[in-house]
Amino acid sequence: MQKLIKNGSLTDNHWTILKVASGPEVLQAAPGKSFIVPLQFWKKYQDEIQDYNGNIAVWLDSDERPEQIGERLQKLQLIALNFPLFTDGRSYSNARELRQRFEFKGEIRAIGDVLRDQLYFMSRCGFDAFDLRQDQDPQLCLQAFTDFKTAYQSSIAEPDPLFRRR
Amino acid sequence: MYKYDGYDHQMLADRVVQFQDQTDRFIAGKLSDAEFLPLRLQNGLYIQRLAPMLRVAVPYGMLSSAQLRKLAFIANHYDKGYAHFTTRQNIQFNWPNLEEVPELLGHLAEVEMHAIQTSGNCIRNTTTDQFAGVAVDELEDSRGYCEIIRQWSTFHPEFAFLPRKFKIAVCGTAVDQAATQVHDIGIYLVPGPEGEVGFRILAGGGLGRTPVIGQEIFEYIEKQHLLTALDAILRVYNREGRRDNKYKARIKILVRETGVEEFRNKVLKEWDLIKDSSLMLTEDEIQRCKSFFTDPAYRELENNPPQLTKYLSQDLLFTNWHQQNVHPHKIKGYAIVTVCFKETGVAPGDVTDIQLQQLAELADEHSFGEIRVSHKQNIVLADVPQDELYTLWKRLKSGAMATHNLGLLTDMICCPGGDFCALANAKSIPIAESIQRTFSDHEELKNIGEVNINISGCMNACGHHHVGNIGILGVDKKGEEFYQVSLGGSSKNSASLGKIIGPSFSQQQIPEVIEKIIAVYKTNREADERFIDTYQRIGMDPFKEIVYAKAD
Repeated sequence: MQKLIKNGSLTDNHWTILKVASGPEVLQAAPGKSFIVPLQFWKKYQDEIQDYNGNIAVWLDSDERPEQIGERLQKLQLIALNFPLFTDGRSYSNARELRQRFEFKGEIRAIGDVLRDQLYFMSRCGFDAFDLRQDQDPQLCLQAFTDFKTAYQSSIAEPDPLFRRR
Repeated sequence: MYKYDGYDHQMLADRVVQFQDQTDRFIAGKLSDAEFLPLRLQNGLYIQRLAPMLRVAVPYGMLSSAQLRKLAFIANHYDKGYAHFTTRQNIQFNWPNLEEVPELLGHLAEVEMHAIQTSGNCIRNTTTDQFAGVAVDELEDSRGYCEIIRQWSTFHPEFAFLPRKFKIAVCGTAVDQAATQVHDIGIYLVPGPEGEVGFRILAGGGLGRTPVIGQEIFEYIEKQHLLTALDAILRVYNREGRRDNKYKARIKILVRETGVEEFRNKVLKEWDLIKDSSLMLTEDEIQRCKSFFTDPAYRELENNPPQLTKYLSQDLLFTNWHQQNVHPHKIKGYAIVTVCFKETGVAPGDVTDIQLQQLAELADEHSFGEIRVSHKQNIVLADVPQDELYTLWKRLKSGAMATHNLGLLTDMICCPGGDFCALANAKSIPIAESIQRTFSDHEELKNIGEVNINISGCMNACGHHHVGNIGILGVDKKGEEFYQVSLGGSSKNSASLGKIIGPSFSQQQIPEVIEKIIAVYKTNREADERFIDTYQRIGMDPFKEIVYAKAD
């Protein structure tokens, strides 16, 4: 069953997430694919990544920062932010920083402990794709984005907080 | 008071539906305990020792008579006929059924109330001085800014899963009644270089296991920067606050481990990026929020009218109450009345449904239909004409609400403790009661004067024991309940944390220990010294010597 929500609907997931311990041989073994690599991999194997004929994206753990990606951040089509546990709120700040400070226009994907009841907050911080945890009901999750019809704060979709609009 | 518009109402309505759905999924087994936990906590719902406990938000302590009547209905219908005022100016119900909570939230929403973010690792209810808007020593009414902060912090998408709970207090008066310096963020309204009012912002204060006084992050910022400054502090905390140990997760530990200089630099760096963003407050919004807290239709009245002075010379009980529980008001002919909920034998902060009804009536008849909850678990009628004080007092008396011990030794802060709370190491309510029974003579209490005793049943410090002039902390010693006593705490402007006097005591020893401490104070005090003044002058030793003296 499809577990990826992107821009508000269920869709196929073509991306494979590489674990932290992975080495560059994974790329050699699977040409022409799409991989989301951990930050350390991204920093360590730039040459292999340049030579690779498929797609490469980066994922950040919750204790890592967008600025660590370096200059090529803007060239990425996708950055994934991990939730090791749904109660770890650091990736919300990373998403907002990517959108507001770095003005990143590509896809920001939530990965890890991604659950129905946090999707609304994630989307407002700038996430637009959600790789749901295996046990989540995708149909139920689709309803999460309309939990609230309005909010006090600004969001990535609505740059003005309510006080500038009411 | 703040009045909801369509947006505010919509958000509450959506919240009720959302929580109904979450509760249904939990009951149906589709949501695990661990996954439901933060959701219910962010809705004020604890699973307690005996039953769930629901904490309802009272934004900065303000309640209308209509809201009081609704709370009375809830106390009667969903609880066992009472409610409990907390040290965060909120109100708790101890017996609702889990299945009924969404319905209960629906009732609250009808009167613009909710339980949003009254618990959990998020930004909690913002508190302020219970005399805001009527105090004689006020620079500017803090409540408009509290409302601005309430809206900014409600469902803030970035800060819903902080390392730990986060509490903000705002103070606009010269005498700090809001314990501002022991909050995660403390905000003082202050005059700026050109005389225009702005904010001084502290961060890193807090009670709990490691009590700390907050440190200055912004010496002065102009009003329009309030939310961007808060956002910057919260973002640094959200990213860098410790998540590996819940006892080291509060912002106070981050500020201490980072060092205040470096922490400030990090905040300023964040602030620089968002200072001029859309989050910058507009003058329109400041004026809009302030417009809900304008003066009611005061009449032209005289101070000390004959209807007051007549009874002050006739009725000793009324005089005692007037002396302790009535404060001067900024408007001539009016007074601020504090209804003290510290009757001996009643758990501090407990109120019955009938009393809630009566308070609603009294607020309508004598105080423009509004009341405030104080962080000392009392109720304030803020706008009472002085010529109605005697009538009001008689009505309070008939409702067992005329206790005249405000600010005296028996006006204690006390958490629910081991009788109700699952976290407690020891009971706290019986301790409060045993002290109240020991000090039952009002003349003697007046003689002792201002001293506050704060009691917590565990080191989470809901009873603010660190900032009590006398603090009592329940501890567990090999399965037995013991009590650690500290002296010298204060939550006022010159905030200080109490020091532990020595080895802890059994429950039975406590009244005698307090008697000894008070005796040392009385022997040593000079002129008009309060307990805290004498303690600060003579130090711990004289107290220690008497308290631990061996009987011959």
